[in-house]
Amino acid sequence: MRDFSYIAATTIPEAVALLDEKGESARILAGGTDLIVQVREARRDVDWMIDIKSIPEVNALDYNATTGLVLGAAVECYKIYADDAICDAYPGLIDATKIIGGTAIQGRAGVGGNLCNASPAADGIPPLIVLNASCVIAGPNGEREVPVEDFCTAPGQTVLEKGEMLVSMKIPVPASNSSSYYLRFIPRNEMDIAVVGAGASVTLDAAKETIVSARIALAAVAPTPLFAEEASALLAGQEVSDEAIDAAAEAAQAIARPISDMRGTAEQRTHLVGVLTRRALNGAIQRVREAA
Amino acid sequence: MLENKDYKVIGTRPIRHDGVDKVTGRALYGADFQAAGLLHGRVLRSPHAHARIISIDTSRAEALPGVKGVVTAKDLPDPGDKIADLGEGAVNLKYLCDNILASDKALYKGHAVAAVAATNPHIAEEACTRIDVTYEVLPPVLEVRQAMEPDAPLLHDHIRTTSLGETAEEPSNVASHIQHKLGDPEKGFAEADVIIEREFVTGTVHQGYIEPHNATAHYNQDGQLTIWCSTQGAFTVREQVAEILQYPISKIKVVPMEIGGGFGGKISVYIKPVAALLAKKTGKPVKVLMNRADVFEGTGPTPASFIRVKMGATHEGKITAAEGYLAFEAGAYPGSPVGPGAMCIFAPYNIENVIIDGYDVVVNKPKTAPYRAPGAPNAAFGSETVVDELAEKLGIDPLEIRLLNAAKAGDRRADGPIHPRIGCIETVEAAKAHPHYTAPNGKKHHGRGVASGYWFNIGLESSVTINVNSDGTINLIEGSTDIGGTRASIAMQAAEVLGIPAESVNPSVVDTDSVGYTAVTGGSRTTYATGYAAYEAAQDVKQQLIARAAKLWEVDEANVQFADGEFSSINGKEEQISFRDLCGRLGETGGPVVGSGTVNPGGAGGAYATHVVDVAVDAETGKVDILRYTAVQDAGKAIHPSYVEGQIQGGAVQGIGWALNEEYIYNAEGEMTNASFLDYRMPTCLDLPMIDAVIVEVPNPGHPYGVRGVGEVPIVPPMAAIANAIYDAIGVRMTELPMSPDRLLKAMGKI
Repeated sequence: MRDFSYIAATTIPEAVALLDEKGESARILAGGTDLIVQVREARRDVDWMIDIKSIPEVNALDYNATTGLVLGAAVECYKIYADDAICDAYPGLIDATKIIGGTAIQGRAGVGGNLCNASPAADGIPPLIVLNASCVIAGPNGEREVPVEDFCTAPGQTVLEKGEMLVSMKIPVPASNSSSYYLRFIPRNEMDIAVVGAGASVTLDAAKETIVSARIALAAVAPTPLFAEEASALLAGQEVSDEAIDAAAEAAQAIARPISDMRGTAEQRTHLVGVLTRRALNGAIQRVREAA
Repeated sequence: MLENKDYKVIGTRPIRHDGVDKVTGRALYGADFQAAGLLHGRVLRSPHAHARIISIDTSRAEALPGVKGVVTAKDLPDPGDKIADLGEGAVNLKYLCDNILASDKALYKGHAVAAVAATNPHIAEEACTRIDVTYEVLPPVLEVRQAMEPDAPLLHDHIRTTSLGETAEEPSNVASHIQHKLGDPEKGFAEADVIIEREFVTGTVHQGYIEPHNATAHYNQDGQLTIWCSTQGAFTVREQVAEILQYPISKIKVVPMEIGGGFGGKISVYIKPVAALLAKKTGKPVKVLMNRADVFEGTGPTPASFIRVKMGATHEGKITAAEGYLAFEAGAYPGSPVGPGAMCIFAPYNIENVIIDGYDVVVNKPKTAPYRAPGAPNAAFGSETVVDELAEKLGIDPLEIRLLNAAKAGDRRADGPIHPRIGCIETVEAAKAHPHYTAPNGKKHHGRGVASGYWFNIGLESSVTINVNSDGTINLIEGSTDIGGTRASIAMQAAEVLGIPAESVNPSVVDTDSVGYTAVTGGSRTTYATGYAAYEAAQDVKQQLIARAAKLWEVDEANVQFADGEFSSINGKEEQISFRDLCGRLGETGGPVVGSGTVNPGGAGGAYATHVVDVAVDAETGKVDILRYTAVQDAGKAIHPSYVEGQIQGGAVQGIGWALNEEYIYNAEGEMTNASFLDYRMPTCLDLPMIDAVIVEVPNPGHPYGVRGVGEVPIVPPMAAIANAIYDAIGVRMTELPMSPDRLLKAMGKI
């Protein structure tokens, strides 16, 4: 491992100024569960690690039943699933936070880091997409917001420009009669990276028979996590039925363009998109129906 | 002795002597080693699976501040044409040397080509990137059947197939062909009513020990070389290093540090001679550590293989003939375990007509190393799946067909030996009687499978010294690396002889200068052979103490008896003294008492196992969950039942990993793409049920307490048992390992 400099920023402007000054040679350190491993294994050259954990805004974890959730970029997974109100409102996000790494990793790793690491297989990203989350980005020219589905641009690449950083994610209040669900396929029961991941959110009518709207997102089947827009749209106005869910699953399969690697083959992944999309939708629907 | 079931220590479960230090983090492993002036070594490895090394320029690395020395194969003495005798088998010395540091060719990705010693590990790593190696990249051959093709790229120009005593004229990747034949296979198949013939493929799998290899070497001023390391056998390290460095064994001391798992993979040396070369060049102690990728890519896994099995049986279920074809990947240099595979493949059965062909084939993968019953699991995956299919076709219960044909004392194994008393029938019967076998299991996509396995076990040399302490305790000095609780199981055998509790024995695993020659911890030999030596050493102590009591009482030795920890006189005087009290009187009766025992026993009894497993298959994803697992095994006599159970459970779990997900995944260039524990998928505790270990005891007549080796046979049955369970669940016969989700989806026609 090569030597690098460490600096802890305490304000957003300070962090932004450092990022702007150091450019490509700087990297933000939050949980470090990806970054430190990458540096140690010589997969990433870093001259400056800018620790943002002392900045108040990136530690925000504010849920309000009228305005939704502000999830700071450095909030660790364990804090998210320890909050009952957040668990009730965004169960699909909770599904993901509980399977990223193991218990020890969840004590350091956060959803914001998961997003900025921009792995196609990130478990944290599909739930954010199906929950309509947006990214609050700070930079030399002020703040901007980007929908999560537009944040990643390629494996390890994001829309963040020079000097920009992710501050938080905003997730709107869930509609009534709605819920969300995330699952992944791994050959073991823990300690694995998704072969395929699928998230779904659904809003049902008052009778819980008809789908008002739905959102489906996929992991590990393209260079970035995917919002399955067409598959999602197919469900709007449909009665809950195997046929409707199968049709959405098929539409989701149609946008998957997976590769074959050591974690799975392309044909296996395309097949699993169908299976997991069905399971994610059924899981979300069941959660709506089971809610009081 | 065999009839005496009235043991006081044997069969009990004392806390292991090394346990507290290990669970509290006090035990010292090789990576913990520290010394003044210690340098840190790192190894540069080939990025290519097959390449000619044109040149190595180390000047840029040597110029880096902090670098104290760089070595390449040029620093090794010329191995010439010598055959090295390493106790466990003769090895071409050039292969041994070239695997340490490649001289003319890099034969696998991860093959060591140079090494650096520097003042810290980061500088050493950086220096490795500044060694300029010019390669001529050659096409790799990565699969045994491809390597056997006449037009396959050749790894070695000089290897010519030796086949049944003949040597071929043309070079080949097939190093050798062996054959075992019994009876008249043609006639046997003609007598069969049902014949099944199937082909099987198994993947390359690693032992996956948690502790990476490590070694620290240092030369004293007088040329005495000391190596501190993690190894399964300090004496085999001494032998291998002596051969590779062409240095006298008397000038080498190997100090075994605590070991974090080996499973066969810590017998061959890799970085130990490299650390010695660096120490010699720098004049300082040098510590070399591997990381996990180094371990996967640069040390020996167990081979991938292609296996064809043909078996025939009568309507009544009698197996009339069997034919086995085993082609094993040796890795970069000859020496796969195809021999043991051929010895074990049909060993659970008494079959009159057998033919077995084995091929040892080099491919561009790391030179394979032993792994728990090396060769036997590959072989049993084929044979035990075919036996299951035979039973199905004949409508006979799968355990019943095993009983009908079970090997027993007096039967001949296809490779020659006649079985002594063995527990094959007893393990199958115990499996059949176990509640697991008759428990309901009718849910959709759930299945149950069984399989048996055999491992012959070995003896080899062991030495034990016992120093008697004045407080009635003993220090037991041994040379066997303790991987699975053998300090306890060896100490208990001495304690039994001397009538003292296990806690009164203080066992120490010591360096090669401090105990008599002891072969590796391997072949399931340690509790058997080193335990045997401890028994002999304790008998020696007992005889000496009888002499001391006789002296004390002024009686003839023949008039002193020892029972239940008490010496007493018979015929006349009413004298009695406890073991402990007599130990306190050694000074006045002639001085210290030291007992010794050395053995090279020939009676290692073979071990049998039968496993029963329930699985659930997710028919949509192809994922297999292990629901219930029962492993029955003949231990001969379980000295410490907890550690026998631990071995059975560990072997079964490693077999489950081999069955379901573990494999080296290669790209077309011959690069392993999953050289980490993240993507080399060993089972975690969440993937496993509690493994129910059932110990059967059919005493081994070749050991004073009836011990049979237990460490290896439990990895033999799992792959076939799980394949048979998957068939029961979804009606598909899996013939390729691992039976990973994508392969199941394919087999089910889902993709």
